[in-house]
Amino acid sequence: MKILVCISHVPDTTAKINFANGDSEFDTNGVPFVINPNDEFGLTRAIWFKEQAGANVTVVNVGGPDTEPTLRKALAIGADEAIRVNANPTDGFFVAKQLAEVVKNGGFDLVIAGKESLDYNGGMVGGMLAGLLGYDFVNACINLEVTGTDVKAVREIDGGKETLSTKLPLVIGGQKGLVDEKDLKIPVMRGIMMARQKVLTVLEPVASNINTKAVKFEKPAPKSAVKLISADNLDELVNLLHNEAKVI
Amino acid sequence: MSILIYAEFAEGKFKKTAFELASYAKKIAGETGTTVTAITINAADAAAQLGTYGVDKVLNVKSDKLTAFNAKAYADAIKQAAQKESAKIVLFNSTTDSIYIAPLVAVGLEAGYASNVVAQPISLSPFQVKRNAFSNKAFNITEITTDIKVLTIGKNSYGVFENAVSATEEDFSPSLNDGDFTVKVESSEKVSGKVTIADAEIVVSGGRGLKGPENWGILEDLATALGAATACSKPVSDLGWRPHSEHVGQTGKPVAANLYIAIGISGAIQHIAGINSSKVKVVINADADAPFFKVADYGVVGDAFEIVPKLTEKIKAFKAQNS
Repeated sequence: MKILVCISHVPDTTAKINFANGDSEFDTNGVPFVINPNDEFGLTRAIWFKEQAGANVTVVNVGGPDTEPTLRKALAIGADEAIRVNANPTDGFFVAKQLAEVVKNGGFDLVIAGKESLDYNGGMVGGMLAGLLGYDFVNACINLEVTGTDVKAVREIDGGKETLSTKLPLVIGGQKGLVDEKDLKIPVMRGIMMARQKVLTVLEPVASNINTKAVKFEKPAPKSAVKLISADNLDELVNLLHNEAKVI
Repeated sequence: MSILIYAEFAEGKFKKTAFELASYAKKIAGETGTTVTAITINAADAAAQLGTYGVDKVLNVKSDKLTAFNAKAYADAIKQAAQKESAKIVLFNSTTDSIYIAPLVAVGLEAGYASNVVAQPISLSPFQVKRNAFSNKAFNITEITTDIKVLTIGKNSYGVFENAVSATEEDFSPSLNDGDFTVKVESSEKVSGKVTIADAEIVVSGGRGLKGPENWGILEDLATALGAATACSKPVSDLGWRPHSEHVGQTGKPVAANLYIAIGISGAIQHIAGINSSKVKVVINADADAPFFKVADYGVVGDAFEIVPKLTEKIKAFKAQNS
C-alpha cells in the first residue's frame, strides 16, 4: 500500500496571530510552526500501517522552503520520503489541485489529509482532492482499518459515530481517534538523524484556476471584561442571562 | 438564476439550522431579485415548513437508496439540483454532514468555496464574505471569483427569521449511478433522546475541577433544567470520566452555542479555540485567576459543588415563572 499523508504547516495553537501589509497577510514573524494536529494523527496511523503491513509512507506539503523543517519532522517521525510542491498555498482548491497531481503521478492508493487545518480552518482540501481524483472520501475519520483493498472506516457524526465500508483508493479527512493521543509519535534522536538522509523532492506547481482569494484579515473586537457575579447572588446571573444576554 | 440551499432533514424533522439557512438565503434573494430553492432528501411536509422562512420552491428527492446518508450520492444530487436551477449561490450549514459534502459539490460545479462564513456577504459584487480563521482568533475576508459560489454558514451566524411565502414542491429524481454508492454504511451508534452538542443552543461543560465522574450529576441536573447538551474538557475525556464524544475544544468537537457554561474548566488555549464562537460564555471556577475568566462574559468565583446546584434551582424557578 502506498500512502500519501498531506501535512499542513501551521502556527502552533499558542502562537499570537498578527497580520502584515495592511492586514492582507498572516505575519509569520516569530511564529512557531508545527505539523497540523489533525495531520499528526493521520501520520501516526500511516506509520502504524507501515509497521504492521509494510506500507510505504510519503508526506507532502504545498508551501515555500520555510516549510521544510515541518516535513523533516514528519520524516523523523517515520515517513519514508517527502515531497514539497514549491508554491504559496493561495486557497484550498489550489492545494487540492497540486495534491491531485502528486497522487496521480505517485500511484498512491490511500491519501490521508486532516479534516481541517488550524490556520485557515477551511476543511476543504480532502474533499476537493477526492472530487478531483474521483476517489471515495471519508471525512471526520476516527478509525481506519485496511485489509488488502477492503477498508473499514469510522466517521464521527453528530451525537455518535458511523461505521463505513469501502475499497481503496480512498481519501480521508482524519482527526483525533485515528490513533490515541498517547500513541502520537514524536521524533527521537535516531529518527532525526535518519531523516537527514531521506529524500525530500521539490516539485514545481501545475497551473490552477484561482477560485478564491484572501482579501483581508481582521481581529475580533476587544472583549469587554468579564462581569463577576457573587456566588451569593445567583439571581443576578439568571437575570443577566435573561435580560441582558437574552440567552435563556 | 436562483439561490440553492441544502436543507438537512434528519430523524423526521428539519434541523433548526435549515431554517437559519433559508433565512440567510432569502435575505440575499431579496437584495438580488431572485428566488430561493431548497433541495431536501426524503423530507416530509417540506414546502410548508421551509416556505415559512422564505423558500420559494422545494426539490424533494424521494429515494430509498438515499435513506442512509451517503456523501457522494448526496453531493451528486445537490450538484444536479444546482444545475437544473442554474443556481449561482449554493448554501450549506456547518453540520458534520454538510461540511463533508460541500467541497465535493464545489469541485463538481467548478465553484469557489468558502467555509465557516459568519455573516451575510460583505458585498455581492465583488462577492466577499467574512469567515472564521485561525481557530476563532481572526476573521478572513474571502473573495470568490468564480461564476458559481458555494458557502457553508456557521451556526447562529445569522438567525432564524420568518418570511412566509407559499412554496411549491416538486419531486426531483437526480440520475445517480453505482459509483455514487461505493461507500456503504455498515452500522451507526447514536445517543438517543439527548440534545447533541451540534444541535444544542446551550452547552454545559465540565472540567477537572469537578474532581471525578461521580460528581457529574450536578452538571447534568443543570443541563436538564436548561435543556442543554453536556460536554467536557480534554483532560476529563482523557481520564475516561466522560466519553470522547463529549470532548469539546481544538481536537474535539467545536461548539457554536448561544450559551456555553464552563464549570471547573481552567480555559487552556486549545479549549477556548474550540468553543470561542459561542455567543455568551459563563465560567464557574474556584480559581479567580483561571484563564477562562479572560474570555468569559459572566463569571462566578467559588465552589462549583455549592454554586451549580443552587444555580439549577434558580433556573428551575425562573423557567416555572416564565413558562
